[in-house]
Amino acid sequence: MLLEAKNLVFGYERGKNTLDGVSLAIEAGERVALVGPSGCGKSTLARILAGQLRPASGAATLDGKPLPLRGFCPVQLIYQHPEKAINPRWKLGKTLTEAWSPGDEFLSELGIEKAWLGRYPAELSGGELQRFCIARALAPQTRFIIADEISTMLDVITQAQIWELLLRVADERGLGLLAITHSRALAERVCARVAEFGDLR
Amino acid sequence: MNRRLSAAITAGVILAVILAIYIGGTFLPESALRADFSQKGLPPSASHIFGTDFLGRDMFTRTVKGLSISLVIGAAASVISAFIALAVGVTAAMGRGWVDHAVNWFIDVFMSVPHTVLIILISVALARGVKGMLVGVAVTHWVGLARIIRGEVMQIRGRQYIAASRRFGKSPLWIARKHILPHMVPQFFVGLILLFPHAIMHESGLTFLGFGLPPEQPAIGIILSESMKYISGGAVWLAFFPGLSLVVLVLLIDKLGNTIRYLLEPREAQL
Repeated sequence: MLLEAKNLVFGYERGKNTLDGVSLAIEAGERVALVGPSGCGKSTLARILAGQLRPASGAATLDGKPLPLRGFCPVQLIYQHPEKAINPRWKLGKTLTEAWSPGDEFLSELGIEKAWLGRYPAELSGGELQRFCIARALAPQTRFIIADEISTMLDVITQAQIWELLLRVADERGLGLLAITHSRALAERVCARVAEFGDLR
Repeated sequence: MNRRLSAAITAGVILAVILAIYIGGTFLPESALRADFSQKGLPPSASHIFGTDFLGRDMFTRTVKGLSISLVIGAAASVISAFIALAVGVTAAMGRGWVDHAVNWFIDVFMSVPHTVLIILISVALARGVKGMLVGVAVTHWVGLARIIRGEVMQIRGRQYIAASRRFGKSPLWIARKHILPHMVPQFFVGLILLFPHAIMHESGLTFLGFGLPPEQPAIGIILSESMKYISGGAVWLAFFPGLSLVVLVLLIDKLGNTIRYLLEPREAQL
């Protein structure tokens, strides 16, 4: 499997392109880190690769075919702020099973406690919520994970835990991973290849 | 006692008062409103706490009866209004750009016409009475709530968990039902209850002006307009107590709305 961005052009305003001919390719099982300064368009690229935004020109393709518009998207995006990516009115058990139904073993592997399932998002911490976002995104149909600054808001110990468990599952299933981060140290520690956003043109 | 519990008690007490007025007024025996000329024009006393009118009818009984009629019309009109608002607001927010523009334009036009004039026109066109009044109030009060609901839906629609849900393969209808509509519940109920006092005031105002309920129904508007003839003669109680009761009822319902908002959304509403 190959996730490719080909010559992406995208602008939020007319005449002002955030992405101007950006290309990137990630293979199944590969881990790529994307680093770059704030506001350069990393998250925009992530959203296009996950099929949430449509580029003005160019294309995001999976094995040469465009990303599906309907149904489960094999490219899943995990966000920086888990508390924004979870419906505050849903108990976490409902959030967890929105995409698929993970088994008990998988939950304990991710460090999700049974008692949390009956609680509301406001009752858990950011690190605990991020585990739910990761579990939710790791459905059986998922082929690629785009991690958009997923550990920036967390303390160092939680950061380490979150990455450790995400990498373990990604390795087991041979998932492709695009890690977007500001931290070069994290990028080099987690990924085999580090791509500078400015060099993608 | 915490604030949540005391808010719940407040809401309970107000609901009980409203229910008492409704039941008292609706199941009042016909004889209670019979004219008794030996008791004509009495000022407030222990046996007639709101006094009696020029036909010797007890004003307290008439006021309760009038308020219960207002409650029924107000409740029906605000429920209809709130559902119109929900439908219009959600359609505007979920529809394509031109749908939203059209709905907003329509709301602007609606808002530019004074309510009272519009209700008079509709009520007269439908031959006045309860029906004319109800339709008139119901179709003019949804505008503000529709705007609020539209804004709320648009805000929720842009959230990340909606984008995520879409990428999990959920249909727009599923997302609207499971993610968006539950967020509208507090807005909807609070909006509905806060429409209530408006509706009652308009009903009484119009009836007072003679475009609403027929004179044989002791609505508050009728009581007030009848009393105008006797006020100059010193019978102030004929207007004062029914008017005061109306204001108190309206304030109670307003308080109920705000209390329920606090109970449903403790973070956003401060009591």
